[in-house]
Amino acid sequence: MSRSTPLSNRIENWLPRLVLAPSLLVVLVAVYLFICWTGWISLSSSMIVPKYDFVGLNQYVRLWSTPRWHTAVFNLFVFSTLFLALTTGLGLLMAILLDQKIRVEGTLRAIFLYPMALSFIVTGTAWKWILNPALGVQKVVNDLGWTSFVFDWIAQPTFAIYCVVIAAVWQSTGFAMAIFLAGLRGIDNSVIKAAQIEGASLPLIYRTIVVPMLRPAFLSVIVLLSYIAIKSFDLILALTNTGPGSATEMPSTFMYSATFRRDQMGVGAASAMMMLMTVAAIIVPYLYSELKESRDGQ
Amino acid sequence: MASNAASLASNSTPLATKAASFRRQHRIGRAVIYGSLFFMAAFYLMPLWVMITTSVKHLDEIYAGSFIGLPQQISFDAWRTAWSEACNGTACKGLKPYFINSLLLTIPAVIMSTGIGAINGYVITKWRFPGSNVIFGLLLFGCFLPFQAVILPMAQTLGILGLAGSLPGLVLVHTVYGIAFTTLFFRNYFVSIPDELVRAAKIDGAGFIRIFVSIMLPAALPIIVVSCIWQFTQIWNDYLFGASFTAGENAPITVALNNIVNVSMGRKEYNVDMAAAMIAALPTLFVYVVAGRYFVRGLTAGAVKG
Repeated sequence: MSRSTPLSNRIENWLPRLVLAPSLLVVLVAVYLFICWTGWISLSSSMIVPKYDFVGLNQYVRLWSTPRWHTAVFNLFVFSTLFLALTTGLGLLMAILLDQKIRVEGTLRAIFLYPMALSFIVTGTAWKWILNPALGVQKVVNDLGWTSFVFDWIAQPTFAIYCVVIAAVWQSTGFAMAIFLAGLRGIDNSVIKAAQIEGASLPLIYRTIVVPMLRPAFLSVIVLLSYIAIKSFDLILALTNTGPGSATEMPSTFMYSATFRRDQMGVGAASAMMMLMTVAAIIVPYLYSELKESRDGQ
Repeated sequence: MASNAASLASNSTPLATKAASFRRQHRIGRAVIYGSLFFMAAFYLMPLWVMITTSVKHLDEIYAGSFIGLPQQISFDAWRTAWSEACNGTACKGLKPYFINSLLLTIPAVIMSTGIGAINGYVITKWRFPGSNVIFGLLLFGCFLPFQAVILPMAQTLGILGLAGSLPGLVLVHTVYGIAFTTLFFRNYFVSIPDELVRAAKIDGAGFIRIFVSIMLPAALPIIVVSCIWQFTQIWNDYLFGASFTAGENAPITVALNNIVNVSMGRKEYNVDMAAAMIAALPTLFVYVVAGRYFVRGLTAGAVKG
């Protein structure tokens, strides 16, 4: 066989690699080379346009001595913690409740998930209107008779970040629910049945048997939500526009405004590298373990 | 249910009382479950409800303070304004031109990234060669790339290519950064197609392309739908790339929406804002309603390993 058509055979052997090569090249350039490029800019004195000199870690020093960046990092921490805890908790609760042979499960699932189909700009626009104290929720409660009710977080520098949390949780809980539900459906029912026969109550069964079995789902949810949290950008722009003042600044918005509005390209690049390192620290071990596991499984 | 009650009762004497109390407990439990689910559903629907009702209310009614209530009078004026007249800071043409921009950039980017992903997934699973797993790992990190880390070089590169600020430039960007996800989708799907099928076809003399076209593609219909829906949603909803790489007339709908909402001249027209947000949301909502099942598969694909 190899004798009769050596040439076409050789082409056939190389074709798969040739076909994959352009994608690989594009990704090597657009992901890895560009990351290095950004890294290079972050070590230069670039302001309005990129300048390819070398000033060491100066831009990082400038970045970390910018109060706005401190706000951004602190906000990211507050936002991520609350967002992760609430989204994971609520998503798990929804999944468990939906797993109790609910009659309208399909409809409810669709309702919990539809926000995931929306743009963060749409979500931000809607919630800005809902949280607006003059005409939104506060006004509704006031009109109902509770006139002293105040809910003006979006106008309060200390509380505005919680508004971002509310909108982000609303948008992403369905996602956590979908993953947990898939995990629950993968659990062998006989384990639960056996525990029930032993007389264990349902909450106890869930706490001690089912939830621990959802470990892989937890890992996925937490990793993917952290990624969403770190890169969240459009929601903040649409909901608070980093205000009041710069109270809801986040690393993503800081990077954007430093680079495109304040002509501090070097600082912007340095902040982008900080974001990248944070994401990589979470994602790379996760991907590695996922790939390793699937190879072991084969 | 009945068997549970029986088995619970079997180890004690007053059979009937125990079964009855179990049934009562069970009924209360069900009520609590349904109650909490419906309560959460109401919370999740509330913003959509508020958006829709606000968009058809008259502005005076909105300022009179009817936030959650039904509109007294339904009017689609706000929708018309949002579609063809609303100002975004530079022009007052409504969302229409930007809606068309988004369509023009989303459709080619979806088709190209899905096609490339399909071929990549095919090679990685059925034509493994030394290093193909490493290549997959390299591609995979692209799914989780914080785009801030590549915006600056990309802007420079688009400038060099003469594509700065243009729709084709944005199509290129979305295609390039879509490849990671689409490859993941197809790789995880093709892994489950038996290798024997491919081997048998090879023995029958079918080549690389033949096998792809006549065996893999026909089997891949569900994942093609998943990939298209995922890419459509991602690209339509993108803001960062649109804001960074286009300006003025070439902006996608998300950028235009944000500009319209943030322009404040005189009395804020909340009904127009909400109508504009609905217009921007409708295409992805429509896809979600029509093909929600595939949308969910796309969402969970990032979490479920192949």
